[in-house]
Amino acid sequence: MSAADTSKPVSTSRRKALKTLAAGAGAAALPMWARFAQAQSSEPIRIGFQKHATGIGAAYGRWYDRTTQAAVKLINEAGGINGRPVEIITEDDGTDPKRGAEVVEKFATQYKTDIVFGTLFSHVVIGSAPRAGELKIPYFVVSEGHHVASGALNRWTLQPGITDVKSQVQAMAPFVKENLGKKVTMIFPDFAFGHDHRDFFSAAMKAQGGEIVGLIAIPPTETSFTRYFPKIPRETEVIYHVMVGPGVLTFVKEMGEFFGPSSPEIFGFIDSLEAVDLNSPGLEFLDGTYFWEGYPRYVQPDQTPYDRFYRAAVGLDENGAALEDPRDVATMAHMFGCWETLHVIKQGMEAADYQGPADRARLIEAVEAITDMPHSNEHPQGAKLFNGRTHQVFGPQYISKVTGGKLLVTHTAPIEDTLYPDEVDYTTQPL
Amino acid sequence: MSETARILALHAGLVALLLVLNFVLPAYPQGNLARIMVLASYAIGYNVLFGYTGLLSLGHAMFFAAGMYGMGLSMRHLGFPAGPALLAGLGAGAALSLVVGLLALRTAGVAFMIVTLMFAQAVYLAILLFGKYTRGDEGFVIPQADRVLAGIDLSDPFNRYFVALALFSFCLFSVLWLIRRPAGRVLVAIRENEERARLLGYDVFAHKLGAVVASGTISALAGAFYGLLFGYAGASFAAVQYSILPLLWVLLGGAGTIIGPFIGTLFMFYLIDLTSGLTSAYMLIAGVALVLLTLFAPQGLAGELRKRLWRWLP
Repeated sequence: MSAADTSKPVSTSRRKALKTLAAGAGAAALPMWARFAQAQSSEPIRIGFQKHATGIGAAYGRWYDRTTQAAVKLINEAGGINGRPVEIITEDDGTDPKRGAEVVEKFATQYKTDIVFGTLFSHVVIGSAPRAGELKIPYFVVSEGHHVASGALNRWTLQPGITDVKSQVQAMAPFVKENLGKKVTMIFPDFAFGHDHRDFFSAAMKAQGGEIVGLIAIPPTETSFTRYFPKIPRETEVIYHVMVGPGVLTFVKEMGEFFGPSSPEIFGFIDSLEAVDLNSPGLEFLDGTYFWEGYPRYVQPDQTPYDRFYRAAVGLDENGAALEDPRDVATMAHMFGCWETLHVIKQGMEAADYQGPADRARLIEAVEAITDMPHSNEHPQGAKLFNGRTHQVFGPQYISKVTGGKLLVTHTAPIEDTLYPDEVDYTTQPL
Repeated sequence: MSETARILALHAGLVALLLVLNFVLPAYPQGNLARIMVLASYAIGYNVLFGYTGLLSLGHAMFFAAGMYGMGLSMRHLGFPAGPALLAGLGAGAALSLVVGLLALRTAGVAFMIVTLMFAQAVYLAILLFGKYTRGDEGFVIPQADRVLAGIDLSDPFNRYFVALALFSFCLFSVLWLIRRPAGRVLVAIRENEERARLLGYDVFAHKLGAVVASGTISALAGAFYGLLFGYAGASFAAVQYSILPLLWVLLGGAGTIIGPFIGTLFMFYLIDLTSGLTSAYMLIAGVALVLLTLFAPQGLAGELRKRLWRWLP
């Protein structure tokens, strides 16, 4: 547009004019390749990070943030994405679905970020995803909920960096039946997350020829658990526990007090003790029990170079705690998902030659086209398989035994054990 | 200008201003204002009971949730289209408020607060208990394709704003009409002096029950529209936090004023939205602002306006 073809006055400040002249002269002096690079936008790629900074998810949010910043620093040091730096814009969602949806709107319409990323708690994901779909902004969640793969969400919502609860739970059944026992009593929180465990594990155990002899649902408002333990049937060979929230430490301690030295085999999800020091007083009885881990908290004897690289970049010691404070235990089993998701975003944006919001649909298609993710610095948790139809990634699962106050991996469930038939094909939905 | 004309001009002017804003606002404030109008409708419902009748409920989230789940569950499990689903939400709210009113109004004062709080907690836990149908704390998505009302796609930001404005206007003018009628005057009389109202021969229980039902039903209507407009129903909307919020909005905006709930909701929304961008301790800033307002404007923003400027403000 020139001043001649409009009646509106065009105001150009002296500073602006000088800048334009200087840029023009500079461009003329550059070699051809550099000029081409300059022709592309050098604006940063802006990623809206929906952080649980306050509310029930705050402990996770802090570590999600730390992992995210480490991954972005690394990506930027290696030249960014498509030659552009990556900028993280953080906004607290209070771990609340209403605020979560508002934050997605804020990213899309005010900050005008390219994508939204990083949500963990399922209710926040489910509350926010409809708005992401309507605003047509790619929404990369790191939640491990089954909501994405179940088909409840939409084509703009993806989970390419962390496996979902259905595949995790299902992969545990063969190990439990072969090594611990056939008769299982499950103790789980009486809300959706616990019900997912109940339903998926019960089905998987039955398929293995095992038996669920007791189901003990604990109301979310409970603060003392002693009255639930006598309900455990006598024939129980294995206790399967998965608890979350502020009462978990009390739960585990009271379980230890109830059983004393003669307990059945105990198998738990590390969610029960995520970000909790295993050497906390009262947890001694956990020695010899087993845990699912999404990512091994402690450095293993056969440590991979990828794990070493990841820990160094995030600032983690060999016990999965912050280098500067060994008491600050990380949410190891979940936060690697931020690291891996950001690398998937980079891969997808490069494949789609992503330049700006107009290419968002191409980005979704590019990520849907990804299949294999090799074990690497980008995917330190293990090699993965992405299912573009269900928008869900699948990967190895770890079972560790508490030995001398540390978690030692005793079994790695392969990807094949985690697969299940597709429940949705998002690629049939229009973009 | 007569008092009635002034009152009409003010409230119609507010609605007209909100209408114009839909055409000029950028996307983000447009979306925010749509939310604020639905939440303000909830606060208007709350104000009928708290501001005009003088009954402090700590459990209004149950009515909001009754509307949201009445609408959402009937769509999800019974295949209702949006219109009948909204009516189901409205019906659920009306029925629940009638039952709660009949029981809770046997108490007064602090006991009324505790009974409503307990009822709301029971509703919240019931949503978790029937997780098979409600998906418990996770909640569920109301699919975009189903969110069409009389041929209007409610997921479109422009349409959503209009529908939110229609709801807000309906609630605003209904309550304005109510409190200017003799029945509304009786509610205010009960608030000011219940014994005297009884002495004058008014059926205080019936009027209070009417206020609980009107308040609960308007709250449920807001809940049903919130779910439908924003595509999600979840148990967090039934939690105690969502019973406290309308109290805060009404207190801030001005209890016992018609536009107070809107002002309070708008103020709180932007207080949190703006301060959360500045610091992670934004709840502290919000808290300090609330304390200051309570100290220096104890009647809320619209209440102060009435005290100092517009004595005719209803």
